[in-house]
Amino acid sequence: MKFLQQLRLGFRSLLLHKLRSALAVLGILIGVTAVIWLVAMGEGVSYQAQQQIKDLGATSIIVRSIKPAEESSRSDSNARMGISYGLLREDFERIVTNVPTIGRAVPMREISREVRHREQFIDGMVIACTPDYFGMNRLKIARGRAISEIDMTSYANVVVLAHEAAVKLFPIEDPLGRAVQIGQEFYVIIGVAAERSAAAAIGGSLDARQYDRDVYIPLTTFRVRIGDRVFTSRAGSFQLETVELTQITAVVDDMKEVDSTADIIRVLLQRYHKVVDYAIVVPKELLEQAETMRAMFNVLLLLIAGISLLVGGIGIMNIMLATVTERTREIGIRRALGATKGEIVQQFLWETVVLSGTGGLLGVLFGFLCGPTVNGVRFGVRASLPEVWAALPPNIRNLEPRLAPWSIIAAFAISVGVGIVFGIYPARRAANMDPIEALRHE
Amino acid sequence: MPPKQALTPSAGPPPRDVVAAIRSVSKVYSLGGHEVKALDNVSIEFRQGDYVAIMGSSGSGKSTLLNVLGCLDRPTTGQYYLAGQDVAVMDDETLSRIRGRYLGFIFQSYNLIQQLSVVENIEVPLSYQRPPMPGGRERCLKLAELVGLSKRLGHRPTELSGGQQQRVAIARALVNNPHVILADEPTGNLDTATSHEIMDLLDALNKAGRTIVMVTHENDIAERARRIVRLRDGRIESVSEVRREALPVAGLTSSVSPG
Repeated sequence: MKFLQQLRLGFRSLLLHKLRSALAVLGILIGVTAVIWLVAMGEGVSYQAQQQIKDLGATSIIVRSIKPAEESSRSDSNARMGISYGLLREDFERIVTNVPTIGRAVPMREISREVRHREQFIDGMVIACTPDYFGMNRLKIARGRAISEIDMTSYANVVVLAHEAAVKLFPIEDPLGRAVQIGQEFYVIIGVAAERSAAAAIGGSLDARQYDRDVYIPLTTFRVRIGDRVFTSRAGSFQLETVELTQITAVVDDMKEVDSTADIIRVLLQRYHKVVDYAIVVPKELLEQAETMRAMFNVLLLLIAGISLLVGGIGIMNIMLATVTERTREIGIRRALGATKGEIVQQFLWETVVLSGTGGLLGVLFGFLCGPTVNGVRFGVRASLPEVWAALPPNIRNLEPRLAPWSIIAAFAISVGVGIVFGIYPARRAANMDPIEALRHE
Repeated sequence: MPPKQALTPSAGPPPRDVVAAIRSVSKVYSLGGHEVKALDNVSIEFRQGDYVAIMGSSGSGKSTLLNVLGCLDRPTTGQYYLAGQDVAVMDDETLSRIRGRYLGFIFQSYNLIQQLSVVENIEVPLSYQRPPMPGGRERCLKLAELVGLSKRLGHRPTELSGGQQQRVAIARALVNNPHVILADEPTGNLDTATSHEIMDLLDALNKAGRTIVMVTHENDIAERARRIVRLRDGRIESVSEVRREALPVAGLTSSVSPG
């Protein structure tokens, strides 16, 4: 009851100066909203990154072929032979046989090729892989079946299409059982993969990855039909490249073994590769980095939030000081009628808490509008400025702010705390006035 | 101070029917280096049902006396007994409680709180009662009726005339059932007719047994009281009894009684 009375009295007194109070509330509101929004954006970005890293598998180690700088590539004595680099089938064998902690390992070769069905064609990404590849990459088959061991051993001309590729090549018909042309060869479609969202680049070591242009064929078939040597045309000149494997993904059974296994692989590859024409990506490490990044980011945000709330607090203090001066007479009256200093302090503290609490509550309210606002802005930009939209990195385009409950609680608590801290001085000043002087005040 | 003791023979707590008593009270201010004696060895007693007017020119110490009586100021030396306790030595918090419990204030400029309604203004002293007074709101409504404002309970002070505001202040001064009502120029801001309405109200309260101490510089107002205390240079110059039957009806003519 006493509490409600104090609250009501606080509101009443603040309503004496509506604009002034509203501005003070606005200061806190902006601070609180900023905290919630920034944290939500940060959480959204880091959640995205973490999801992508988790998609790679926390227990996996990814080794990818990288084209080294021209002059240092291996066996480049004969220019006509072109360059040869990257992971070898031997490397795969070595890794599988020498590293006991690895549970499964999947080799993969990829190349971009035109995939055609009658007059429909796409710039496809041919992924040559083993049956394990699907499970390891959490690729779901929507219809038909995945590549099997029999396909491998029989060098079958079969293909699994990614969802988008299937839709583009077969807008009307059922693709299952039909054939697509990749290069000179025809492949029978045995399955269509389920839809999958794109993965963004991670830390520079792994490129952004769209899965929608993928077509999957058996690794053995690739070797006999397409082969390791590939002509690429770049800047008008043709080049011959020999790459045996594009990527080896190794999955460790025990999470604790991931780092040591990665070290063993690194040592193993170093011994057989004079040039570093590969990169080892450990998603677990990336995940840890992402966590550290997130923590740092949050600290930074809290700092910004702290500053904005500090500014809001100063605003409140300013207003309360003015209020106290203006209401000197009231303070004198209350003191004469029996109010102790403590009760005067309480009264004015309640007012600042009402101010900052109102700002805090409204701030939280606006905080909840973060998601809809981001969506609105995104929609607006996409509709009115398509070029700007296209130029934005996918991380930003796909950003979904995630409201962090702790940020809402923290922002509100800090705003009230700011009210108390910045209210104490004006309130004490009010309480310490001489009642006689205060009563005489005009 | 043994010699001064003789001037106030009843040292120690005053008898029961004395609600407030100050004994050889002095108040010294230091203004710009030299000391000013606002009150110089003043002793005075107020009995239950007393009605006292304090008069004096400006600088005579009447405001200081009222501040000491109102526990807003502590005497430099001397004792002040209120409700049987020496309040001259009490700390700020206790003094606040004493004010809230035993005193009622009426000011020249009414001193209502602008953002509160009539009934809420009357209620203010109750919010500082420890322990809380039971039946507070009903008491406020009764008092509002007593001062003739029961139809204006929800009004703000700015919506009331000066006389009405002073009535609210009187109701507020009564709400804590005080031992002494202190009025500082209660009619100073009012026209003659309204002044007399307000004084009629105070007279009625005194007849009902309230102890009233009033500071005024208007003789016709002062003569409503039973006793008039005149101050000069911080000392009591005279104390005179007012013969009630001699009071002029209209109260416009004033009789000057020299010291």
